[in-house]
Amino acid sequence: METNLKPVIAGFIPLLDSAVLVAASELGFAEREGVALKLVRETSWANIRDRIAVGHFDIAHMLAPMPIAASLNLTSLSVPMLAPMLLGLGGNAITVAAGLWKEMAAAGADPGGDPASTGRALGEIITLHHGAGAPPLRFGVVHPFSGHAYELRYWLAATGIDPDKDVEITVLAPQLMADALAAGQLDGYCVGEPWNTAAVAAGTGRIATYKQAIWPDSPEKVLGVTEKWAEANPDTLAALVRAFSAAADWCAVPDNAPQLAELLSRPDLLACDREICLPALTGRMQLGPDLQKHVPDFLAFSGGAKAAPMAVHGKWFYEQMVRWGQTDRTAESARKVEQIFSSAAYRSALGLTDLPSENSIRMFDGKRF
Amino acid sequence: MSGALSILVIDDNKIRASIIEQGLHDAGHDQVILVHQMDGLVRQIADINPDVIVIDLENPNRDQLEHMFQVSRAVRRPIAMFVDKADSHSIEAAVDAGVSAYVVDGLKRERVKPILDMAISRFRAFSRLTAELEEARTELADRKTIDRAKGIVMKSKGLSEQEAYDLLRRTAMKQSRKIIDVAQSLVIASGLLED
Repeated sequence: METNLKPVIAGFIPLLDSAVLVAASELGFAEREGVALKLVRETSWANIRDRIAVGHFDIAHMLAPMPIAASLNLTSLSVPMLAPMLLGLGGNAITVAAGLWKEMAAAGADPGGDPASTGRALGEIITLHHGAGAPPLRFGVVHPFSGHAYELRYWLAATGIDPDKDVEITVLAPQLMADALAAGQLDGYCVGEPWNTAAVAAGTGRIATYKQAIWPDSPEKVLGVTEKWAEANPDTLAALVRAFSAAADWCAVPDNAPQLAELLSRPDLLACDREICLPALTGRMQLGPDLQKHVPDFLAFSGGAKAAPMAVHGKWFYEQMVRWGQTDRTAESARKVEQIFSSAAYRSALGLTDLPSENSIRMFDGKRF
Repeated sequence: MSGALSILVIDDNKIRASIIEQGLHDAGHDQVILVHQMDGLVRQIADINPDVIVIDLENPNRDQLEHMFQVSRAVRRPIAMFVDKADSHSIEAAVDAGVSAYVVDGLKRERVKPILDMAISRFRAFSRLTAELEEARTELADRKTIDRAKGIVMKSKGLSEQEAYDLLRRTAMKQSRKIIDVAQSLVIASGLLED
């Protein structure tokens, strides 16, 4: 090992969208930029947050809303953070128990996962269950400050279901979701791949809708760094952004999907069956036992403009935090959020001068942000 | 706050959990409750009504625990993580050792610090124990491999046990390798030839 490489320690959670970090470390993209990238697998998002806060990790694979929650001091061990690059777009889905899907299908749910249609059908089932005095349906998400929590809540609310009153939402580790669904502890969940495909493959779950349909091309995981580390290591950060951008371009090539699936399934990485990694990487999603659907960019990796964080992304997450009572709206916080999702570091590292001017976000229900 | 503190220890590893429990007992805390499973924990936390919660960092359900603190009506009191957010030394030591502690109701730092320190030292002691056990296991396995290699040399060259061992040792020295490595190669090679 060359000694003049700059050492960087990165925490990650075993999910498909750790692919950019994995490829950068295992396929030489980091080394080419002069960085010795060492990956450390973690078991919970709380550990990721704590270990970056105490300085065990230089950088981390993070849920997009996490740097905001940390900077606004909404969780314990919070430190000011930045999200200088998007590591993955899309990649999540909402899976319901096979039995619940049968009821939803009977109520007219679109088999192809149209969120408006499946949400409306779920609402009808909830009304029926409520009338029969059944306990509320229980859904799992991976973290209170996650795209999963906000996607699920947005989908429910947009189709007329109150996420706080009509259902129960709980938190569970991604790798435990499919088992909890099979055991009847959950009626549905929103999680990243491959943990939706795992339930479909086991015959216990059915994908009802997915992130790409709810909010197209939306950020899922980001590169998380503390403000302090970014300020002290601007050159290393720029080198990492270039390495990750090149790695993301490689991950985005469809012909590389089999090699990427093989790599990610390794026992020291995701430790899962190679086959369940492929659907999300190729966009050929098995929504249920009898329906495969091609969803372009179901999980997208991309260098260039698409992986640039934008203030409007941060704004959307912040709006959801305010909407669901996790924080109050203040001008000071809004200003911080814009800085956290600033594209400045990303643009300067890659020499991008002409990012498309900031588009507004369009959700499946036609609302704009 | 006065009176005895109740301490909830959540750890998948039953041996480690009981080592912590013992330590806390010895330090005069007699209300220590061990939990190995997260199922139904909200209700349990409400029943137990702990002042301090200690959890191991390997537990994938840490996010669930923090979520419960945020939303559960059962645990309404404010939660502080570790003893004091400002005490960065304690926090680092705890994360290093693999443990996290939550103070459920804003107890004074001097009352909780010894509990966290105890958990940290017990976690470290447990890691040392595990490492020593692993070392002892490896040593035992090594000795078995060397014995097998000796047997192979004795049989194929008609040597005594001491002569066989000397030959292995000389070979190792000549090749600047460890005797266990030479023995391993021999056992593997011999296995290949037998088939």
